[in-house]
Amino acid sequence: MPAILPQPVAANRRSSHARKTQILVLIVIITNVLGNVSLSHGMKQVGPIISASPLDYLHALENPWTLLGISVLIIWMLTDLALLSRADLSFVLPVTASAYVLVAVSGHFLLHDRISWIRWIGIVLITAGVVLAEETPDRTTQAQPERIS
Amino acid sequence: MKWALVAIIAICNTLGDVMNTAGMKRQGEIGDLRPRSFGVMIKKIFRNPFVLGGFAAMAVSFFALLSLLSITTVSFAVPATAISYLLETLLAKYVLKEDVRWRRWAAATLVACGVVLLSF
Repeated sequence: MPAILPQPVAANRRSSHARKTQILVLIVIITNVLGNVSLSHGMKQVGPIISASPLDYLHALENPWTLLGISVLIIWMLTDLALLSRADLSFVLPVTASAYVLVAVSGHFLLHDRISWIRWIGIVLITAGVVLAEETPDRTTQAQPERIS
Repeated sequence: MKWALVAIIAICNTLGDVMNTAGMKRQGEIGDLRPRSFGVMIKKIFRNPFVLGGFAAMAVSFFALLSLLSITTVSFAVPATAISYLLETLLAKYVLKEDVRWRRWAAATLVACGVVLLSF
């Protein structure tokens, strides 16, 4: 049976837990944006690839932007896994969707992709979804302590 | 071709995220954000069949994304996976047993609609 903690201690632990989860959310969003923008820039320089063989894609790694994009996306993947160990998938998905907004906006400023008024409405809807999800608790399933083996 | 790649990305993304979440929840919570904890996490991932399965699904999704990015713009390629938001929320509720109430459904729906609009 878990020990019952005094209320201020329990509240401190909850807020510390929430803060670490928020830091991970932030890293996930930033690395997602930087990775995708850099990868997209690199793939534009490489040119079209439609192939079932992974070997054909290895040539794309000769492009520094593609390589940088993939490296940053590896960091994104590991941080996302750490986040999923602490928070619900149904919380993480909408909250990290702010990356779409940042990808569209940075695509507009860095890669000169056009943002029409329909896209701006999309950006507003996603932002509303992010705000709504942020109001829910980050975890609703039983937490398991970290197992050090 | 564009939409076939979008379907592959959506299905593999959904499977990948659900398997990764199931695997990471079984592996245990990352207690702190120090590099050592990430090192321990990476070592354990290689013995975690759920996460390895999730990686396989995401690798397929990634190669499909590379192809898609090479024939279209980033503003189309990334948001085109909108449907996976609703699929993943559904599986989070019924497979991962998360407490998904109206706020999360509304959030997932708003994000999915927003993502569709971003592809125009």
